[in-house]
Amino acid sequence: MTTDLTPSGLRDVPVSDVQSSRKDFTSDQEVRWCPGCGDYIVLAAVQSFLPSLGLKRENIVFVSGIGCSSRFPYYLDTFGLHSIHGRAPAIATGLATSRADLNVWVVTGDGDALSIGGNHLIHAMRRNVNITILLFNNRIYGLTKGQYSPTSEPGKITKSTPAGSVDFPFNPVSLALGAEATFVARTVDSDRAHLTEVLTAAASHRGTALVEIYQNCPIFNDGAFDVLKDKDEAAARLVRLQHGEVVRIGDREWVHDAHAPNPSQAFEISRLDDGTMAQVPIGIFRQVSRPTYDDQVREQVHLAKSREGEGDLAALLAGRDHWTVAE
Amino acid sequence: MTKQVEQLEQVVIRFAGDSGDGMQLTGDRFTQETASFGNDLSTLPNFPAEIRAPAGTLVGVSSFQLHFADHDILTPGDTPNVLVAMNPAALRANISDLKPGATVIVDTHDFTDRNLKRAGYADNPLEDGSLDTFRLHAVNLTSLTVESVKAFGLSRKDAARAKNMFALGLLSWLYGRPVKSTEEFLTRRFATNPAVRDANLAAFHAGWYFGETTEGFAVSYQINPAPMKAGTYRNVSGNLALSYGLVAAGVRSGLPVFLGAYPITPASDILHELSKHKRFGVTTFQAEDEIAGIGAALGAAYGGSIGVTTTSGPGIALKSETIGLAVSLELPLVIIDVQRGGPSTGLPTKTEQSDLLQAMFGRNGEAPVPIVAPQSPTDCFDAALEAVRIAVAYRTPVMLLSDGYLANGSEPWHLPDIETLPLIDPGFATAPNHETESGDRAFWPYQREPQTLARPWAIPGTAGLEHRIGGLEKADGHGNISYEPANHDLMVRTRQAKVDRVADTIPPVEVDDPSGHAELLVLGWGSTYGPIGAACRRVRQLGLSIAQAHVRHLNPFPRDLGDVLRRYDKVILPEMNLGQLALLLRARYLVDVVGYNQVRGLPFTASELEEVLTTTLKEMSS
Ligand code: SF4
Repeated sequence: MTTDLTPSGLRDVPVSDVQSSRKDFTSDQEVRWCPGCGDYIVLAAVQSFLPSLGLKRENIVFVSGIGCSSRFPYYLDTFGLHSIHGRAPAIATGLATSRADLNVWVVTGDGDALSIGGNHLIHAMRRNVNITILLFNNRIYGLTKGQYSPTSEPGKITKSTPAGSVDFPFNPVSLALGAEATFVARTVDSDRAHLTEVLTAAASHRGTALVEIYQNCPIFNDGAFDVLKDKDEAAARLVRLQHGEVVRIGDREWVHDAHAPNPSQAFEISRLDDGTMAQVPIGIFRQVSRPTYDDQVREQVHLAKSREGEGDLAALLAGRDHWTVAE
Repeated sequence: MTKQVEQLEQVVIRFAGDSGDGMQLTGDRFTQETASFGNDLSTLPNFPAEIRAPAGTLVGVSSFQLHFADHDILTPGDTPNVLVAMNPAALRANISDLKPGATVIVDTHDFTDRNLKRAGYADNPLEDGSLDTFRLHAVNLTSLTVESVKAFGLSRKDAARAKNMFALGLLSWLYGRPVKSTEEFLTRRFATNPAVRDANLAAFHAGWYFGETTEGFAVSYQINPAPMKAGTYRNVSGNLALSYGLVAAGVRSGLPVFLGAYPITPASDILHELSKHKRFGVTTFQAEDEIAGIGAALGAAYGGSIGVTTTSGPGIALKSETIGLAVSLELPLVIIDVQRGGPSTGLPTKTEQSDLLQAMFGRNGEAPVPIVAPQSPTDCFDAALEAVRIAVAYRTPVMLLSDGYLANGSEPWHLPDIETLPLIDPGFATAPNHETESGDRAFWPYQREPQTLARPWAIPGTAGLEHRIGGLEKADGHGNISYEPANHDLMVRTRQAKVDRVADTIPPVEVDDPSGHAELLVLGWGSTYGPIGAACRRVRQLGLSIAQAHVRHLNPFPRDLGDVLRRYDKVILPEMNLGQLALLLRARYLVDVVGYNQVRGLPFTASELEEVLTTTLKEMSS
């Protein structure tokens, strides 16, 4: 079963005529994450995968907010903007809307995207701005040294919750589907092949692509996803979604349709994980085509110019009701 | 019947009614007629924050004041010569602003017991003699309107809605206004609803004929056109002029304009206006909140657009963090604050100048931002261009401080010659700007232009300029993250020095001192220009000397401002706040600037300032 998901998210981005490599995408900055941080693996995967897009490097922009993962742009030799807490989707919206020729990425974390920046995240997704959002979910606040986050499990004991957190967590995938994001996926930092496969699909999606990446923070929340990484455990717990293929859980089975216009089934799948990680779906939950905000905005500008002609400033200033005073 | 025509030099008219009575529209149309007749004019709308406050109540009264004259004027006038009151509440809310002898035209239709009571009248003022000192015209405008539009088959309610056009017709006759622009306007506005169009036109004409034929109006008035510089004119409000200034900045820089905004009174009209000008390459983004509005504008600026965000005081509070980021990124960005009464939600539809210190200091860290303030509705056009010029030349966020009075007030505008408008050169970086020790060419995002200290504007899509910037402190030159103490000190001082250098490109203070030997200087900024100027004229007519200067650049100040202040025995500074500019001037120049402060949500009147200035002069001479 295939649905035409053209045009590609990269349609208007100039293509490079030279073959680039991971090295070309590596900046001269020393990477400053803690040893063993999951961010290293994702960075390496992104640096290795970007050349495969074949784009001009100068037309790729990474925008981030605040948090450990938001240091990401410094380590890529593309254009990069490390902004302020939670605001990256808003900044990226302005950039992507005003520049069709750019491939715009947002790098964010569970605190940045879901707590302080929750509003911008949901609005970017509902508008369907042509950006790819990598949401590093380590279920903890790393940069501020270990407070619970909006994805931490209830009861979590942290520096700010010595008696256990009483916050109920977000499921980022459910949230994205609720906002009717047109591309929603989940992957895991340790599975390089899966990560790359999801990133490739996300990058070429036209519209907002939300990719949740389970990322281990060995310092403040070590082993949060260990049950998904252990070979035997993973086989039982991970539900790998592939569009058009059969998904089996217990005695239920169905054909996964990521292209269904209605997000209900995808939402239901996102609810398989009840918080215990007994069943964790990964892969592409939803991948549908819907006109993007930025394309439509540019189309309106284009239409206005072609219908009414380029603006005539003198005529605009004079308006309808003007009068002349003679010498 | 031939009627007497009396010659007047100037008139102040106030239209007042329920917020649903269309008083703003009536005022706008009368203004347009007056503008095209060639009088000089100035307007002041005044309306409640509620869209439709309870009908017939004092809080629901909306008014529009217009001052027009056969000579150059500066303010919408202190006291109306004519009040048009569409109901008891409108009469009661405004009558105390009139002087004896003023003309009062009242629609008697709503003067029922119930409505009188709702407006707080125990007795009917039309009958109890309380209006005896005025020239009262009590006319049932509503009934006359309904009668005049009978032919068009509208419901009584819809028919009565045309009463504002009847009133406009009557006033248009009374002051000999040309009616063509209103006829055209009504025809355009109701093009899709012929019955309503014809009813409004009929009511408008009926009002005119009513004045012409009724004995009650024995005299009509003539106010000759004001002598004006040759050229083409139109009437504009501050918000409209500001929007045009932004469009013009796009044209004169060759860059697309990107507005990110969240609706807020009294700034929303700029969003509405700019959304109409897509053919000029203007993009408007109505964001999910104030923060996203400026965030998107900054994102667009990073990509090479003229990034603009518009708001009012409470919105600035939300945008502060992003303004700080723009200071750190050193990207051009224009932040427009149409000030209103504060704190918090304050007085959304009323004017105030109380965001100056917020504009100046309202961010964490040392985060200097140039500030420009227009002085009149038409000056909003030039101020917008000036804000963009500074932003682009110095790669910095710039604040433009308008206010509710400028935003909604209007005056005739002598249209500029497009070719004389400043050209704005984006000067994008195109190539690496640094040679490394190994002899390679590299791009250093924080390597500065020596004269302006501006850093390169290197937009994505430019090969060889890939770089990373952010809100963390950067090392001078190469721009990598740096927590070095000496570097931070250098960067803080450099950002300040860059803003200070804007003063190299701003003109000296213009002092208006016709006598040449004034001892008192009255200083102002922003929208107080009109009332201060009008007050100075009156003071001079009394034979007294006074100097006036107005500060347009509030950060940095013009280089000679300190010298100007020190030249006078006394400096008085009227502000619609509790002394914000005075505080800055006293701190900066150690000059004993004396404030005169009012925060009533209304502009100063010329007469109160005249009083303040003459009293001060008297004290100085004794
Ligand atoms: S605190 Fe955690 S998430 Fe942050 S860099 Fe260290 S390991 Fe990574």
